[in-house]
Formats: sequence, structure tokens, C-alpha cells
Amino acid sequence: MEEIPSLQHPVAAAADLAQHSPPAETPSARRRLSRLKERFIEALLFLAAFSSVAITLGIVGTLVYESSTFFAHVSIREFLTAPLWTPLFSPPRFGIMPLVMGTLVTTAVALAVALPIGTVVAIYLSEFAPVRVREVIKPALELLSAVPTVVYGYFALQFMSPLLQKVFPGLPTFNMLSAGVVMGIMIIPYVSSLSEDAMRAVPMSLREGAYAMGANRIITAIRVVYPAALSGIVASYILAISRAIGETMIVAIAAGMQPNLTLDPREPAATITAFIVQVSLGDLPHGSIGYQSIFAAGVTLFIMTLIFNILGYILRKRFREVY
Amino acid sequence: MSDFKHIIAKRKRQDFLFNIVGILCTLVGILTLGALLADLLIDGLVRINWTFLTSFPSRFAERAGILSSWVGTLLIMIVTAATAVPLGVAAGIYLEEYARRNWVTNLIEINIANLAGVPSIIYGLMALSLLVYQFRLGQSVLTGGLTLAFLILPIVIVATREALRTIPQGIREAAYALGSTKWQVVRHHLLPYSLGGTMTGIIIALSRAIGETAPLITIGALTFIAFLPPPPIKGQAPFVSFEWLTSPFSVLPIQMFNWVSRPDQDFVVNAAGAGLVLIFVTLLLNAIAIAIRYRVRKRIKW
Amino acid sequence: MTMKEEFARVRVSQEISEGAGGTGDAPIKCQVEDLNFYYGKLQALRNINMVFPANQVTAIIGPSGCGKSTLVRCFNRIHDLYPETRYEGKIILQPSGINLIGPETDPLEMRMRMSMVFQKPNAFPKSVFENVAFGLRLREINGKDLSGRVEKALRAAALWDEVKDRLRESAYTLSGGQQQRLCIARALATEPEMLLFDEPTSALDPIATGKIESLIFELKKNVTVVIVTHNMQQAARVSDSTAFMYLGKLIEVAPTKKMFENPSNKLTEEYITGHFG
Repeated sequence: MEEIPSLQHPVAAAADLAQHSPPAETPSARRRLSRLKERFIEALLFLAAFSSVAITLGIVGTLVYESSTFFAHVSIREFLTAPLWTPLFSPPRFGIMPLVMGTLVTTAVALAVALPIGTVVAIYLSEFAPVRVREVIKPALELLSAVPTVVYGYFALQFMSPLLQKVFPGLPTFNMLSAGVVMGIMIIPYVSSLSEDAMRAVPMSLREGAYAMGANRIITAIRVVYPAALSGIVASYILAISRAIGETMIVAIAAGMQPNLTLDPREPAATITAFIVQVSLGDLPHGSIGYQSIFAAGVTLFIMTLIFNILGYILRKRFREVY
Repeated sequence: MSDFKHIIAKRKRQDFLFNIVGILCTLVGILTLGALLADLLIDGLVRINWTFLTSFPSRFAERAGILSSWVGTLLIMIVTAATAVPLGVAAGIYLEEYARRNWVTNLIEINIANLAGVPSIIYGLMALSLLVYQFRLGQSVLTGGLTLAFLILPIVIVATREALRTIPQGIREAAYALGSTKWQVVRHHLLPYSLGGTMTGIIIALSRAIGETAPLITIGALTFIAFLPPPPIKGQAPFVSFEWLTSPFSVLPIQMFNWVSRPDQDFVVNAAGAGLVLIFVTLLLNAIAIAIRYRVRKRIKW
Repeated sequence: MTMKEEFARVRVSQEISEGAGGTGDAPIKCQVEDLNFYYGKLQALRNINMVFPANQVTAIIGPSGCGKSTLVRCFNRIHDLYPETRYEGKIILQPSGINLIGPETDPLEMRMRMSMVFQKPNAFPKSVFENVAFGLRLREINGKDLSGRVEKALRAAALWDEVKDRLRESAYTLSGGQQQRLCIARALATEPEMLLFDEPTSALDPIATGKIESLIFELKKNVTVVIVTHNMQQAARVSDSTAFMYLGKLIEVAPTKKMFENPSNKLTEEYITGHFG
């Protein structure tokens, strides 16, 4: 979280001044009423701000509460080590690993697309492109992340899969590769926009220093600007990872619905999110094992994104440079 | 000193090469966007007609339409906007203008930053357990709207704060100097001046909510629905009805998802048609947001 | 004083300074001829003519906005980084006779032959060693040669004793004054033909400033130095000759001693005695 310089103190001081100089004709009762009104409004505004904390509490609370009934009859050990995830079959098996693997593989494919391309685009826009080109390209790229993910799912299944089948003959219609590639393109703007902002925030004096030594553009960009902006760039990478892990519709449509413990992106496999969607589409009696299992999957997803967010926080602190 | 010549030539080649790589990488994104639009147009344009917009889903692809889903999307958005906008703007005002630097404020700020990183489907799980079952709101328009409101709340808060932050301190001081109370400063000065920026953020947030699918599937939105929720306006007193809030619903992206998952190619055409409508609405909203931002930037120069 | 009179005086003083310019018969390192410089439509330098004697320190003084930084930034073509900048005239580098700002001259080559130290320390986000090695690596100097020349540059910048045990630490662990000397070491390492200082001590405390001033005095044995400063005492302490600029024009150049004791131009005298600026 960025430290936002508080605008509070001068305002508060001014407000005090305003209150301490009583307008001559105002009766004190009216003043008291108006002060009461101010207090009441502030309390309302505070409640609104605090509602975001309530949402977090709601998320954590329901995940813990609902999955605790799941873990009452499935051991953590079975959950983490069993090689099969078949909660709706008999006999049911509750090993989350196939779903985790599906999530990790699709995420890895997406990152293999988004991180290099996003970084190159950021360097290009920040250090190479003429101002006018940047002003057109940047918002155009940001539209990529405005397209609904269900549309991307359609695109992965109907366009990317047939395209990749020409490169990899025998690629099944549903596969993690197509979903991952399309997901990667979708998150390019998360990487490129935020990284470009970070690189443009690097003071011009550093660039001048590098150019004055005889450096060309790309060396200045890679050896001076990139390391100077690393904290912001890492933040954009982490955001991309979080997006990829939590992305649902692209993988639910194009990556397949069967849990499949594999590292090969050319195979179909369900992710954690795809499983939750699949179960939710069916009839889901409250309290059934199917109902509980999506919360167990949800907890796993939540913890995975949390780990990356915390990692991002640590890395950002570590790379923060004072120019 | 001419021994620099070959090094300089090499450096220039490097720059030239990177320029090309940079343009190519930029094109990957732009071309994909183009391919996606072209793909949808080629597949789905034949389906875009009046019947498609005014028919319920059907077992027969060419008779199926998106009436119930676009009405559902509209109703959900009304609930979402009615919840997220006042809540988010109020929270933004509090954090930017009122909050003192203490641990509660820090907690709220860290929390908002983290909420923005929570996958949308997690909001769906929370809503399923809390809203559908604990609060017994059912799998209704109200539940769906609230779920998406929670989801976009951080975006609205951040947009409000950024818009407020662009107002120079001098404006506040001038207003206080005239004897305004804090709330008067906010209502008569800060809110109107930051309206453009806040509106931009709200529209972007709503366009994101329109495309959201996963959380609504999780709370149990229907994929096949052949009736409309009861209308909000009635023939007899009291003329207004809120029955639609408790009605089951479907939305456009879910309708599209349902069609794209079918093996029958005729339904894929329907999916492309629904996708076209969806993308048209989101791109339109984004264009409006960009236009507002542009006008605000041009008009206001502090 | 009317504009016309003022121009006449300027022209006279330039002729005087060219006659008396340089101290004694030191060879010329660089001569500026009819230099004009534009930021878009704004003309920042107006018809500058002056010479820089080799192995001497030339100081450029003048009030803020007079064009002194703009002038020194022409020498390594830093202006080329920004759009809509334009040069007219010549800056001839001796003995090669190359025109620094000619369209046929590559800015990259000029930057390889010149070094610059900036107003604020701008050490790179790298280790102390890599900061000094930056320019050397660009010139494809590697291996043993590299560490030898890094050490030599750090010694020449009077920084070696303070950092020899922390060469691998981030440059940002050094103090502001140390960082500026690191930037000087970085600039020296490439053995430039001229060393350009753009107000190098404006962000430093008096002690760090003193160290850098005595360093500049030492450096002229090996390199021609130009220093832009808004601090007249600094110009008096470190330079052999001093140029005074005002509103983009060169008003007077003279040996530093003469400049501060007996300036020939009224404007110079007023500035030096603190009547404006």
C-alpha cells in the first residue's frame, strides 16, 4: 500500500479556525445542531469505508466456516496428497493436487506470454515510442483487459485452439495451452501499463547520466531504468500472477473440466476455478459434500493468491530504491 | 578515437532491433483484439437481429434469443450501481478527507488494496454462503447485484480518492476560509469538482461488472430462463414494486457461456452473437469513460 | 541603458575577452563559434563565441535561466534526448577539428568522448563498482583491465579509501557527497577529453562541496574542465578563466582573477557585486 501524504492536518486546522470564530448572529443551539450533523455524517462515511473490512471478514469467515465442515470428514493429509479429485463419485477422493496443478500450469503458460511481452511493450512505450504513439497505444492495449473474460473463453476455444492445432497436430480441442495463451494476452496490459508507469516515474536525471556515458537507448532501459523501476515492475508481475491464478471463465470454457494431474500444457485439465464453476452449474444442495468441496477449493485458491500478494509486498519493499 | 566507431554501430543496431521487437510485441495485443472482434463478427453477426434481442432462450438455436439475459444484466447493474456507488464514493470521501492517520485507517487502506487482488469467484463463494443461505436472499437479482457491488467497491473507492486528490488544497482552504463546515466543503466543492474523475471510475467499474460471470454462476444464476422478472411499475397503487429483486435471473455472459459450452455448432453462433452484444456494451462504456476523462482534463486546469 | 547600447557593450567585451581570452598561450581544447540554441521557438543561447583552453578550468557563471546549463549540455548533446531542440553554429573540438553539434556528428560518439557530472548525484541503482564500470563496459572494456581502471578512477575522485571495502554495496548506501564523487569517478573512468560539471555541488553541504572543489583543481592536470556554477566564490576558487552569461548571451570572458577584481563590463560588475541575480 502506497503511503498517501495526508491532506488532513492543514484542513483540520482550517476547520478548527472556522469553528472557533463564531458567526455573530448564529444562536448557539443551531451551532450545536450543525456540529451534531457533521458528526453524524462523518460516522456514516466511516461506516461506508469500514464496509470494505466487513467484506473481507465475510470472505474469510465464510471460507473458514464452510470449509471447516469439509475438513471435519476429509483429513488435510488426504486433501494435500491424494492424487485424485473426484468428490462427486463413489468412492469419492479428495486430493486437491490435480486442480492445483491445472491452475499452476495454465498460470505458467499465461505468464510465459504476458511477462516477456508486457515487459517489452512497457520498455518500448516508455523509452522508445514517440509520445503520440504512446498516447494511442496505451489506452488501446488497456481495452484488452476490458473485454469480458467469457468472450476470451470463446476466443480461446473457437480461434486459438484450432490455430494451435495446426502447430501441434493432435492437440485436443480442450487444452491448457490455448486457455493459457489467451489468458496471457489478456493480462499483457496489467504488466505493460503498470510497468510503464513505474519506468516513467524514474527521474530523467538517471537516464541523462546513462546517456552522458555514451549509452544507447536499450542499454539505458535495461541496465538503468529497469532496475530503478524494479519495485513497481515486480508489483505488476505479482498482479499478473494473481489475475492468472484467479481467472475463471477462460479456463472453464477452453481448458477442460476433468481434473488431470499433469504438467503437459497440451492436455486438458480442470483448474480450481473451473471446478467451482462446474459444480455450481449443477444442482447444489446446501450442506452436501459437493457444496462443501467448492469452499475447500476456494480456500486453496484464496491462500494461493494471498501467498503471492504477500510475496509481492516483501519483494516491493526489498526493491524499493530511493533515487 | 575511431575505435568507437564499431561499438557505436553495434549500439545503433541494438536499438534498431529492439524498436522492431517492441513494435511486434505491441502488435500482439492489438492484433489479438482485432482478431477477437473479427472472429465474433464473422461468427455472430448473422444472428444479430430484432428476434435475437427479443426472444427467450430455446432448444432450437435459431429461435433462441437473449431477452431474459439482457434484462437480467440490466436489473443486476441497477442493484450493483445503487449499492456500490454511494458506498464507494462515501468511503473514498472518508479516506481522503476525513480519516486520521491511525491504525484503523491503515487497516482499511491495506484491506482495500488486498480486496482488489481477490479472485472474483471468491466473492461468489462468499455471497453463496452469506447472502443466499445465511441471509436467505436466495439466488435472486438482489443477491447477484450485491455480489457484483462488493466486487467493484474497491475500484469505485480508488477512483473517488484519485479524483479528490487532483483538487488543489487551495480550493479547500478557500472554502473553509468562508466559514464552511467540512461537509459543506465536500458537498458544494469537492464532490462537484471531482465528478468527472469519479464518473470515469464508476463507468469502468460497471463495465467490468457487466462482463463478470464466475461469481454469478457460483451463487446459482440460471443458465436457462424463459420468463422475465415482474416489472418494477404496476398498474394499480402503490405503482412501484420491488418483487423483481427476489426473482431468479440470468445475465448475458452466463447465457453466452451456456451456448459456447454446447457441442452443437448452431449454438456457437448464438454465443458469438451474445458476445458481440456484450463486447459492444463494454467497449461503449469504456469509450464513454475515456470521453469524460478527456473532457474533464481539457476543461479543468488547476 | 538602451538595448542597442547594451548589445554594443556586449560585442566590445567579447572582442576584449577573445584578445585576452585563455591565460597565456595554453593550447585551445575547444572553440564555440556563433552558437545558437532553441527549445522549440524559445531561443536559449544567442550567438555565443568563446574558447576553452586545454587543461584549464573554465567556470561559467550567471543568474538562473541565463543559459549556462544549456550551454554545457550542448557539449555532450544531452539536448538530443528531448524533442524540438535545435542547434546552430559550431563547437569545434581540438585537435581533431570535429564539430560537436554538426549534423554529421553522432551524439553517441560525442558522449563517449565527453563526460558530465550533473547537478544532483545520479548514481545508478547498482553497486559502487558497477557504477564506475558502467562507461567502461559500454566501451567493451572487461576483465582485469576493468577493475584496474575502476580503482584508478575511484582514487582520482578521492573516494577509493572510503569505498574500497564496500565496492559490492549499492551506491545508494553512500552519502550524498560520496555519491557525487562516485559520479565524478564514473565520469573520469572513461578518460574523457573534456569533463563537464553542471552545478555539481548545488545539492551538497559545505564539507562535501570543499572536497569536490579541491578535486576539480587536481583534475585539470589530465583533463579540460568546464564548470557551471551559480556560486561566484566557487568560480573564483576553482577556475582559471570565468565566463559570465546573461539572458542567453555571453557577456564577458576573462581570466578569473581579472574577472572578479576588474570586470570590463558594467553588467558583470553588477552581478559580481550582488546587485542582481
